[in-house]
Amino acid sequence: MRLELVKRQEHSRLMVVVSPILAITLTVILGGGIFALYGVSPLEGLYAFFIEPLNSYWSLEELLVKAGPLILIAVGLCVCFLSNTWNIGAEGQFTIGAIFGSIIPILYPEWTSGFALPAMILMGAIGGMLWASIPALLKTRFGTNEILSSLMLVYVAQYLLDYLVRGPWRDPDGFNFPESRIFDSAHVLPKFGDGRLHLGVLIAIVVAILIWFLLSKTLKGFEIKVLGQSPRAGRFAGFSSNRMVWFGFLLSGAFAGLAGVFEVSGSIEQLTPVISPGYGFTAIIVAFLGRLNPIAIIFAGLLLGLSYIGGEAAQVSLGISNKMTNVFQGMLLFFVLACDILIHYRVRLVNPREAGNDVA
Amino acid sequence: MPDELQTSGEDDHADYLIEARNISKQFGSTLANNCVNIAIKPGEIHALLGENGAGKSTLVKILYGALKASSGTLFWKGKPAEVSSPSAARKLGIGMVFQHFSLFDSLSVTENIALALPKGFKKKQLAEQIARVSHSYGLPLDPHALVADLPVGVRQRIEIVRCLLQNPDLIIMDEPTSVLTPQEAEQLFVTLKRLTDEGCSILYISHRLEEVQLICHNATIMRHGKVVHSCDPSKETAASLAQMMVGGEVHSITSHRQTATSKTLLEIDALSLEGSGPFSVSLKNISLQVQGGEVVAIAGIAGNGQGELFDVLSGETRLKDSYAIKYLGVPCGRRRVNARRRLGAAFVPEERLGHGAVPDMSLTENVLLTRHRSGDALVSAGMVNKSLCHALEARIIDEYDVRMAHPGSEAGALSGGNLQKFIVGRELDRRPRVMVINQPTWGVDAGAAALIRQSIIDLARSGAAVVVISQDLDEIYEVADRISVISRGQLSKAEPVATISREKIGLLMAGMAENQQDNEGPYAA
Amino acid sequence: MTWLEPILLTIVTASTPLLLAALGELICERAGVLNLGVEGMMIIGAVCGFAVAHTTGSMSLGVIAAVVCSMIMSLLFGFLTLHLLCNQVATGLALTILGLGLSGLIGESFIGEPGHKLPQLELPFLSELPYVGRLLFAQDALVYISILGVILVSFVLFRTRLGLIIRATGDNHRSAHALGYSVRKVRYGAVLFGGACSGLAGAYLSLAYTPQWTEGMTAGRGWIALALVVFASWRPLRLLLGAYLFGAVSVLQFHAQAYGIALPSQLMSSLPYIVTIFVLVIISGNKQLTKINTPACLGKPFRPDR
Repeated sequence: MRLELVKRQEHSRLMVVVSPILAITLTVILGGGIFALYGVSPLEGLYAFFIEPLNSYWSLEELLVKAGPLILIAVGLCVCFLSNTWNIGAEGQFTIGAIFGSIIPILYPEWTSGFALPAMILMGAIGGMLWASIPALLKTRFGTNEILSSLMLVYVAQYLLDYLVRGPWRDPDGFNFPESRIFDSAHVLPKFGDGRLHLGVLIAIVVAILIWFLLSKTLKGFEIKVLGQSPRAGRFAGFSSNRMVWFGFLLSGAFAGLAGVFEVSGSIEQLTPVISPGYGFTAIIVAFLGRLNPIAIIFAGLLLGLSYIGGEAAQVSLGISNKMTNVFQGMLLFFVLACDILIHYRVRLVNPREAGNDVA
Repeated sequence: MPDELQTSGEDDHADYLIEARNISKQFGSTLANNCVNIAIKPGEIHALLGENGAGKSTLVKILYGALKASSGTLFWKGKPAEVSSPSAARKLGIGMVFQHFSLFDSLSVTENIALALPKGFKKKQLAEQIARVSHSYGLPLDPHALVADLPVGVRQRIEIVRCLLQNPDLIIMDEPTSVLTPQEAEQLFVTLKRLTDEGCSILYISHRLEEVQLICHNATIMRHGKVVHSCDPSKETAASLAQMMVGGEVHSITSHRQTATSKTLLEIDALSLEGSGPFSVSLKNISLQVQGGEVVAIAGIAGNGQGELFDVLSGETRLKDSYAIKYLGVPCGRRRVNARRRLGAAFVPEERLGHGAVPDMSLTENVLLTRHRSGDALVSAGMVNKSLCHALEARIIDEYDVRMAHPGSEAGALSGGNLQKFIVGRELDRRPRVMVINQPTWGVDAGAAALIRQSIIDLARSGAAVVVISQDLDEIYEVADRISVISRGQLSKAEPVATISREKIGLLMAGMAENQQDNEGPYAA
Repeated sequence: MTWLEPILLTIVTASTPLLLAALGELICERAGVLNLGVEGMMIIGAVCGFAVAHTTGSMSLGVIAAVVCSMIMSLLFGFLTLHLLCNQVATGLALTILGLGLSGLIGESFIGEPGHKLPQLELPFLSELPYVGRLLFAQDALVYISILGVILVSFVLFRTRLGLIIRATGDNHRSAHALGYSVRKVRYGAVLFGGACSGLAGAYLSLAYTPQWTEGMTAGRGWIALALVVFASWRPLRLLLGAYLFGAVSVLQFHAQAYGIALPSQLMSSLPYIVTIFVLVIISGNKQLTKINTPACLGKPFRPDR
């Protein structure tokens, strides 16, 4: 038997909706298989991973806290990916955003006026943009591949953070732990609910809606999509690819930087050597699972957020490694990509011996 | 004789080199070939005629093993044969010269040819053999040259020599003269004559009726995937052949030639541009003035700077010298494409999908592509007015007879002709004062081509200045008032149609006007 | 000379995994496939190689397991990009994310376990040559394989018909198809070769470079290997030069400390990544060079129309 793809004349609107659902289903089935390999009943494992965390108010709040940065970063990346610019370094922009956002609470802790927090947030966004402007500059000025340059900068950013919290920014009263001082309450984001949920989550959702509006209603949105699909046609329309590279990188850098400052000032409340469980990379999965649509990205962000919480939960209740989280995420991206072909192609199995005689 | 083709019985095949019987090929829901029969005798040049989309390419690919027929049988030298792949075809003795060459830019001539030969040769010997054979057939080649550096005509020689080295009994040639100057075509006909004298058969695909009449012994004519006629082309007239191809009266175009009297609307003055990459052509000192009311055609073989010139005229490539291009007297060399559009200029590029239109977007969105900043109020305060776009699309579809499967179709789903009518219509709908159009009817069916050519002429007669860049001399003579030729980035002086002959155009295409010796120099082995 | 030898020896060990991985990717890209999943394949090779070698006690079984597992990963990539025509960039990323995740799960129980180092194969007589003997002729098998691999790949690519077909496929897949070559088969072969090489690179990391398993131990080497291919402008011999240059940069930190150069260790550790960016900028700034050498069909999907 041979697999054959038949190009659809136009993309299937049904499959746009079905393909992510199919991908999730396949991931869950295969995940159940892995549970079985580890000697855990698949149903029990999947229940512990995906359902149980939804049963308590506390973990629902935690879910939103994890989904927030994913959504915020993914929305920025979706603008990049739609314009066919590959910013893979959101993790680095997140880190620099967190570092820039921590300058005020760490170096000027005595400045506790009401302007301090907005200034921190602004600094975080600027930090992310600065870091993202490096690959943008190299791409537009020298034609350097932005995938590699943005990714290399992730490592550099992480070493910079490591240097700061082990060196100049280490808390003098911190018993030599590699951590910064704990932020003053004036430098911490307002919280809701039982105390984990912070303003950053709300902002992420508002940003997603704004970007949805930008993409679907404005000329800028049209420009993004045209340049992504056919750069030549974009040039013919009078749009500039180089400016779009800058736009995409600065926007996604700003959002990643925001996510970074929200994470340190909303969740961790200090700088530590590790501030992210890979949000910047997981957001790539979120963006693709949401089919680069900001509204769908909100739901995709929630699902991937669940995979973090589920991993912790399953480790506690069933003793399954929390590394399952990353495996689930990797499988999910694979299936999402594979299922997406259904949007543009019909898949047929062809028996090679009959291939020549299928006149219908 | 159609009757002869339909008879069956094993012995009838013996006379033919190759015979295809009841070949059908299904692509999704369309039947590209429907019970096609064709038979070629040894030593003949057999023409395969038909419009774009008539099914010629499909049939040829099946004969060459590049496609698998859904049903039907092939006979080779009287025996049933299975041609499962191009290499199987080559083993039988079938060679093919592709229209869009199957060459590799980054490889040398020898390497390109080696890829089509069976294993087991020494590179050095092969290079010598290439030099020898190519010379003896009047198609000189340098075996060590890199394909990327060679002009189109020489690339075709590589394809032909590649075929010849396999000692084929049948050579399939797909539109071979479309990339040649008239003189180069003459040379090719001499080579073909010699080949048939040696007993080789040629399946000659073309839509140029004059040359088919000149050199072909038999013709098979296809329309809508079926064979509709078989005849001896020398006993037909060009008009009767055209009628068989199109299946009805061919639209005639009315032009009412007149001399332009209004003022100069497009002025190109000493335009030069260095090529941007290793594979692009530099433009050298180009000057041209186009008055309102006239059509100036720029003839030339592909790859002589047409694309570069178009990009400079549209503003996709901007110049340092603002005064090199003036639209309506306004210096525009440094202006962007939309600024030029606002002055009243309109552009239609050669490539429809991915340049003139975005394939995966609907026509409504594609309307926006060139008209978002051209003063149509489709965008206000950054917001797209979708209902206005939609109304515009409806107007274009209606006025230029654009047909599609269902409302809201994506551009990529339209046929070449319908998409081109839409793209041309989108620009004409703006009533432009100057229009630049590159290869207006390339790969477009005859009906759409006639409509497009007529509307180009009508636009000019309404007072606009029109520049048509085309490789198709028939088209050029149909629409142009003056003709200029582009060759290696240089543009000849535009001369009135009445005073410039095909021969002269041919010489200009080959770059002979500037330098008589330059013809074969760098490429001869 | 005595002070130089240990430096040169560490350069060899640091360069070998880069060279191996880049060699595989070079063939892949020459055939027109951009596989950004090198990092993922490499780390799967590292963890599987370590796990099998540790469990069975056989180093050769470990290396074989690394190669096989990485090839399975590359097959996954091949199926998605060559059969299902998925975007190569996105699929490569997916491969890396999946590889990193899976390796964490597989390797969890091996963290902190002592490993074994690949034995050094001392070539008789040659290894006793003064000065260069131990440096050149007392290395482990994978170092020899990496050097021989460069020579072999260079020979195959430019001197054999197979190499001609690979280059042709990467240059123009439509033409290759029209001449009757199976673009898909050639590309599957190239992708699998890339997987095998990444597997060797991974095995070298966990069985020779630092003979143990630590999570994320590839530390971006797969990505540096990708940059190396660009640096080498798709030529195997230049790859050798590039890999050793990068190897030298990445061991600088250890030796700098030894000589009392007081720079923050984090700065030294991030040097290879910064150098990678610099090199990419210099190479890509040269438009003529990159345009002529880049395989024209790199990263473009191909669907045969039959």
